[in-house]
Amino acid sequence: MAKSGPLAKREKVLWGRARILQGTRQFFIEKGYLEVETPHRIPLPAPESHIDAIPSGSWFLHPSPELCMKRMMAAGYEKIFQICRCWRDRERGSQHLPEFTLLEWYRADADYLGLMKECEEFIQSVATFIGLGENIFFRGHEIDLNPPWERISVQEAFQHGSQFSMAEALERNLFDEIMVQEIEPRLGVERPTFIYDYPTERGALARPKPEDPSVSERFELYIGGLELANGFSELVDPEEQRRRFHHENEYRQSVGKWVYAMPEKFLSELNQMPPSAGVAFGVDRLVMVFWDAKTIDEVVAFTQEEL
Amino acid sequence: MYTASDLRKGLKVIIDDEPYIVTLFEFSKPGKGQALYRTKLRNMITGLTIDRTFREGDTFEPASLEERAMQYLYKEGDHYYFMDNETYEQIMISEESLGEAKNFLTENLNVEILLFRDRPIGVELPNFVNLRVVKTETWVKGDTSKTDYKPATVETGYELRVPPFIEEGELITIDTRTGEFSKRVKE
Repeated sequence: MAKSGPLAKREKVLWGRARILQGTRQFFIEKGYLEVETPHRIPLPAPESHIDAIPSGSWFLHPSPELCMKRMMAAGYEKIFQICRCWRDRERGSQHLPEFTLLEWYRADADYLGLMKECEEFIQSVATFIGLGENIFFRGHEIDLNPPWERISVQEAFQHGSQFSMAEALERNLFDEIMVQEIEPRLGVERPTFIYDYPTERGALARPKPEDPSVSERFELYIGGLELANGFSELVDPEEQRRRFHHENEYRQSVGKWVYAMPEKFLSELNQMPPSAGVAFGVDRLVMVFWDAKTIDEVVAFTQEEL
Repeated sequence: MYTASDLRKGLKVIIDDEPYIVTLFEFSKPGKGQALYRTKLRNMITGLTIDRTFREGDTFEPASLEERAMQYLYKEGDHYYFMDNETYEQIMISEESLGEAKNFLTENLNVEILLFRDRPIGVELPNFVNLRVVKTETWVKGDTSKTDYKPATVETGYELRVPPFIEEGELITIDTRTGEFSKRVKE
């Protein structure tokens, strides 16, 4: 049979995508991580201001496997990873699908600095596995994957990339606009870039930095202006976590969004969790980077509009 | 009522009391941040394009534009008069709001008039119109030095370039989308 049409045209990239998944599993298995599967359908998502779960009966499709995976950490698992589908309501654009593939991993006795380093190793290892060299081409940039990658704090990023400081941007309620329009497009164009130490209100599950509690130990990884991963040192204080969730829910209520009940099982086990760090990594976007794809549509078999 | 998450290319919305059409749309969401909807919007009256970023929760009224079949009647000063084919009601549009369309209007031409809140804001022309050439240089047969298109003026005063064989008094077809010569009309 002759192959034609948009689905047939994606065969090459889907082979590439499968190789990237194989390389991902190989990296984590060789580093001693246990691959886990937690339920996609959960009774309650973590209350976060700007993440909306899709209802499934009286439960929800998980927007990330975070709560279940952290309960495993609290139960004594030390290194776990998961590759799974996640759902976030109404997130659709050239870089967003409401159903997407997330890689999430957690490591005990680690902090966000350690996981930034592990991100470097992971991407280099997958690049080698699929036969790419030290330099990749993405969005018209030649990007050097040799470590160490660029690391700048959010505060520095605002100083260099905007007329407002981080504090001013927060005060004027322009943080997200400046981030998207002025800062993000310039991140990770020569080498991948980590930006770190986010304002505490932008990381509901991240640990405050001991020497400056106004920021959280949270980072994001960018390549060619595209956000690939979000990681942080985990907040393991149940009382503080409960206060943060309440705060997020207050915001949700103020804008007329669904208010989520407290995930009590998670909160009751959180004090068992050792100091840990975790990363959520967009698999579709990693395929975009390695295949120099313009849109996320190009790297999946079906988008929702094609069903 | 639309909300920001309804924004799509081609959607017509009212902003600052004027009708706009979305010409470019991009969804962005910085990690853990709020959804942002970046757009380019063209003002359907002035034609000017603006950049706007909207947040989740922003709302808009749809810009409902009415299209009515009308016939061009005549021009008086800077004003062009049209008649509604159904109601026989006459309306007037200024030369400024007509824009390029004024170049292609001949008596009794059937057009679609766009109205926003009963105010005419534009004209949709047929893709092709026939207009008579009122002025152009004569082509000397056999003059191979003049094989290029030459300037010509049609009855509306519009100037364009036509092939060398077109003569004064001839009827030609013009593509209103490009404003270019399309073909000679055999009479």
